[in-house]
Amino acid sequence: MTLGLINANPIVHAKKERVARCEDPHCDFVRDIRDPEHPYSLEQLSVLSEESITVDDKLGRILITFTPTIQHCSMATVIGLCLRVKLQECFPPHYKVDIKVSPGSHADEEAVNKQLNDKERVAAALENPNLRQLVDECLYSNEL
Amino acid sequence: MDLDDEGSNFELKEIQTLSGHTDRVWSLAWNPATGTDDAQPVIASCSGDKTVRIWERSALTRSWDCKAVLEETHTRTVRSCTWSPSGKLLATASFDATTAIWENVGGDFQCVSTLEGHENEVKSVSWNASESLLATCSRDKTVWIWEVMPGNEFECASVLQGHTQDVKMVKWHPTMDILFSCSYDNTIKVWAEDDTGDWHCIQTIVSGHSSTVWAISFNAGGDKMVTCSDDLTLKVWEADIEGMRSGNDQVLWKHLSTLSGYHDRTIFSVHWSREGIIASGAADDAIRFFVESKDSVVDGPSYRLLLKKEKAHDMDVNVVQWSPGENRVMASASDDGTIKIWELATSSN
Repeated sequence: MTLGLINANPIVHAKKERVARCEDPHCDFVRDIRDPEHPYSLEQLSVLSEESITVDDKLGRILITFTPTIQHCSMATVIGLCLRVKLQECFPPHYKVDIKVSPGSHADEEAVNKQLNDKERVAAALENPNLRQLVDECLYSNEL
Repeated sequence: MDLDDEGSNFELKEIQTLSGHTDRVWSLAWNPATGTDDAQPVIASCSGDKTVRIWERSALTRSWDCKAVLEETHTRTVRSCTWSPSGKLLATASFDATTAIWENVGGDFQCVSTLEGHENEVKSVSWNASESLLATCSRDKTVWIWEVMPGNEFECASVLQGHTQDVKMVKWHPTMDILFSCSYDNTIKVWAEDDTGDWHCIQTIVSGHSSTVWAISFNAGGDKMVTCSDDLTLKVWEADIEGMRSGNDQVLWKHLSTLSGYHDRTIFSVHWSREGIIASGAADDAIRFFVESKDSVVDGPSYRLLLKKEKAHDMDVNVVQWSPGENRVMASASDDGTIKIWELATSSN
C-alpha cells in the first residue's frame, strides 16, 4: 500500500444541478459515492456522470462506466467495488451489473475490467475486512 | 436412441427446490455411494453463508430434506465441496484459505482434518479415482497435491507453480492420476508425476479460451473433456487414451470442437453425463444441454443444442451436476440461494 496519494491534485468540479434524466433515483445515489482518496464525490471529480449508467429494466441489466482521474489509477478496482455494492443496494438482487472503465481512460483497461466483473473475485474482495472498510467509508461517509 | 433423434422433444422438469442457505450457493456434489437401491441420494452444497449443507431424499416421501448444516468451521465463503469416490469423506474448500475434510460419524458430520498452506482463497478441491490423492487450487496461483495417509492425515506432496493468475478449478482424470487445472489466466494445464515422483506440467493449453476458464468435465470414457469460460464458449478436447494409459507423457490434448453463439454471459459450470449429455450453467440464469450431433462432419464430431431452460433460477447458475445414480437427473445451484433437482425428460406428444 503506497503511502502517498495516487492522485494528489485532482481537478474538482462543482456539483451539477440534478437534471430531469434522473427521474431514475438510482443515478443520484451512485454519483454521491466519495472518492477513496479525497473528500469529494465521484461526480465532482468527473469520474461519473449521467451518461455513465445504462439501465435495461426489461432484461434486468445495468452497465456502468466510470473514468478514473488518471491513467494509472490503482484505486480503479476500489471505485469499481464501491459502485457494485451501491448498485446492489439500489436495485433488486436479480439485476446483472457490468462495470467498466470508460474506453481509453486507463492503462490496464482490459485487466481492470476483467477483475471488476469476475464475480468470485468481487465476492472474495468484499470479505476482506480492510477492503470492506474502505468501501464502506466511500459509500457512507457524511463528509459531503 | 432419443438423443440421436433430432425430432425428439425434451423438457427439463423441476422435481424440487431446496432452500435453506442464506447466501448464494456456489457448488454442490452428489455423494457417489448413494442413489442406489440401498442408499437414498445425498447431496452436499456449499455457500457464501460459510456453511455446508447435507441433503438427503427420504425413501418414504421421495422428498429432499436438509439433514445437517456444517457450520462454525469455515470462517468465510465455502466455495467448493466434493465427496471422496467411496462417499466416506467430504472435502470443502473455502475463501478462508483452508480445505476441511469431513467424516460422517454415526450420522454426525465431523471435521477430521484441516489442510492449510494456500496463501489466500481456495477455489476448488478434487479427489483422484483411487482416493489416494487430493488436489486443491487457489487465487495464490498454485495447485497443491496432498497424499492421503492413514488416520485421516494429509501430507502435502507437491506445490505446483505455473499458472500466472487465480486458479479456478482442479479436476483429476476419471481413471488416471493425471491432474487438470483451469485458470483466470485463460489456460488449462495438465499435470503428471514422473518416474522420480515429481509432479510437473506436461501440457498448457494456451490458444484455447480467450478469457477465464471456469470449469472442466470429462466424458465417461475419459478420452474427451469439455471446458467452459467467461469467453462465452464451451470447448471440447480429446486425447489418445491408450497412449495416456501406457504412461506416455507426450500425449497431448487437442481441440475438437467449440460451441459458440449459445451463451451471452459467463458460463460457470459444465458437466458431462455418463450418457454423453453436456449440461452448462451460466450467468444468464439458464441451463443448457448439448449432445454430439450425428451429422457427419469431415473434421470430427460436432455438438448441437438439445434444450435451453431459461430462468432455471432467478439468478446466476453457479453449478450443474448430473446424478451418479439416476438416469437424466440433475442438480443445479444459484446465486438465488437455492438448489434445484431436475429431470430431463422427453415430452410425450
